[in-house]
Amino acid sequence: MVITGAGIHTSMGAGWSANAAGFRAGRTAFRAVDLFDVSRQRVGTAGQAEMPDRPMLPGLTRRDWERFDRGTRMALVAAEEALSQAGVRGEMPVCIGTSAGAMPIGEEYFKQALAGRSRGQLARVETYQVQRQLTRMMAALELGGPLRIISNACASGANAIGQAFHLIREGRAERVLAGGYDGLAQMVFAGFDALQALSVSGIPRPFDAARDGLAIGEGAGFFLVESLDSAKARGAEILGTVMGYGAATDIHHLTQPHPMGDAALVTMTAATRMAGLEPGQIDYINSHGTGTPLNDVAEAGAVARWAEDAVAGVKLSSTKSSIGHLLGGAGAVEAVICLMALQGQWLPGNLNVREVDPVVNFDLVREPREAVVRHVLTNSFGFGGANATLVMGREVEA
Amino acid sequence: MSDIVISGCGVVSPAGWGLGALRAFLDSSELLETSWIERQDANGAVVKSAVARVPEPVDRGVVPKSPRLRRASPVGRYAAAAMAEALGPEKIAGAGRLGVICATMNGCVNYSNRFFAEVLADPSVASPILFPETVYNAPSSHLSAVTASTAPNDTLIGDGAGIFIALDLAAEWLERGDADAVLVVAPEEVDWLSAEGLGYYSSSIIPSEGAAAFLLEKGVGGVRLETVPDVVSYALVPDRKKALCQLWEELGVRDDGRTLWVDGRCGVPRFDDAESAISWSGPRISPRLRLGEAMGASAGFQLAVAVDALQRGLYESAVVTAVGGNQGVGGGVLGKAEKLKG
Repeated sequence: MVITGAGIHTSMGAGWSANAAGFRAGRTAFRAVDLFDVSRQRVGTAGQAEMPDRPMLPGLTRRDWERFDRGTRMALVAAEEALSQAGVRGEMPVCIGTSAGAMPIGEEYFKQALAGRSRGQLARVETYQVQRQLTRMMAALELGGPLRIISNACASGANAIGQAFHLIREGRAERVLAGGYDGLAQMVFAGFDALQALSVSGIPRPFDAARDGLAIGEGAGFFLVESLDSAKARGAEILGTVMGYGAATDIHHLTQPHPMGDAALVTMTAATRMAGLEPGQIDYINSHGTGTPLNDVAEAGAVARWAEDAVAGVKLSSTKSSIGHLLGGAGAVEAVICLMALQGQWLPGNLNVREVDPVVNFDLVREPREAVVRHVLTNSFGFGGANATLVMGREVEA
Repeated sequence: MSDIVISGCGVVSPAGWGLGALRAFLDSSELLETSWIERQDANGAVVKSAVARVPEPVDRGVVPKSPRLRRASPVGRYAAAAMAEALGPEKIAGAGRLGVICATMNGCVNYSNRFFAEVLADPSVASPILFPETVYNAPSSHLSAVTASTAPNDTLIGDGAGIFIALDLAAEWLERGDADAVLVVAPEEVDWLSAEGLGYYSSSIIPSEGAAAFLLEKGVGGVRLETVPDVVSYALVPDRKKALCQLWEELGVRDDGRTLWVDGRCGVPRFDDAESAISWSGPRISPRLRLGEAMGASAGFQLAVAVDALQRGLYESAVVTAVGGNQGVGGGVLGKAEKLKG
């Protein structure tokens, strides 16, 4: 299965070029949140993105755009970038991951209901529904076909790409638009703060011995994936390949991973085997790496068990150190960042680490660096135990 | 899909706990029992919504015992009880590689409501216990934990036709061997937020709740899952009648008098137009007219009615359709039940 289009929108910037330049340069993109009141929260910063302008698309009316929430707007521009690059429209399955959906609209509905106001509430009820948002987004992008909306918390985006991978691998579709997104929402922000999962400093430091939590981010990442035959037949440029996918469920706890990363080991092993690779052939891992004490220990344990003797040579970083945790969008955005690494032959950095945690026995990429990158692996783990791993490559291999 | 069967079915509905309660209610002429959800808005005005709730269970043992379910919201408990009935006592104790797919529209609205109210009051003291239970995939996660299965687990969000996307995905997992069996569950819970929300669409809709669960397996006895075409998306075919006509053609149903049509009509003409326009002289039932609008769970109730009718040998096949509100039109054809093998 090959990738012929990619699109991204994050706090680092709008589109592939701005994001690639930012990750290559090792920039961070956090700022004070001004979308809702954070004055009573422990943390007041996040990877808040600039809202994109309305793209001029024949199927996108001003009214549609106004009724899209933050997340859908970012999803639309990222999906449009991927579709334009691939040069395709029309009927195809669409797989999209999101955790919060159009939560800010639901929040506004709730506030208006409490206040006893009914004006505009029907529109809010209708547009709060994520399937309504995404069906209209598909129409605006001139897409038809079945829509799968996967909500597996922070693994949603990776699961969406993985499901697209299977649809093409098994000949059920020639091409699929797949990706993930999430916009900042007060309830989610407050939820992570209530769990004391947010970094009080506002600077997430995954795999740092003194890491104190994650930063929430927002954005979207999309691929247009298709069969090699389909891409060749229409002379499309092949940007990379999806080679393997693994999914499993961590049943240890609703919000905490198994301490040794059992489910992560299962998904990493499954994805690597499906790709026909050994751990030593993976040139880079974009880790889930949230910067919370529990996640990073579990993931480091899983990487060590997966790589065995090759662990010291494993190059790994968490790009959440640059843009935060994009929740349902994280897996898809990080897959796009992996494609950037494959295209540009560089590795993004795991920034702001002061003292590496003793659990790290791999090569933690603390600054961006040039590298030979043929195969990459990206991990996504979510609340509820949804674990997913994708393996991607640069070249089409026999 | 010819060798994929529904080998187990469980239901929690306003009719009660279990498929038997649903059957008895639909076979009777009883009317749906409704109650009121009341709240006061900021102006002191009382806002009332009539709803059809799941009654308290007579036997509390219908919900599996698990530490995971101690704090679970009603939607999680409905899902777990429906799962327990679909799996039966043997399989729930050792489900093996059981994949779980939860199809929902509204999700964990009770806890979301409570948690966001706390956030608005003072986020610095909002409960960390509530928040994880607000996440869409909390109920499906609990089901995997209760059955100790590490096989894949997905939560799909969609409109009233969402369960057909879940059935399609379940068949895919079984064909590929991702799981030995797959549980598809459609759970929903009602509270004032969703009840008032539905009221904006039509005052004659009675919001309801519950869950329907289906165990899908290969190579065993049960009700055959014959056809589940792709949901026809409104992105491509915005007109509901045209979308249903396209699906109907793909379903390839014969109006031969031996096929039961379990449709999704709810009693509101503008929502029922598409299904009302299809010519059908054979047996037909519209469970939503009796059970209220349980959002994503309603099509699950329809499917359970079809499975039950085929298990009882009343028909040779059944077709189930759901004209979703804002995503698409879905449906499936079920074939005659085969006896359990082995």
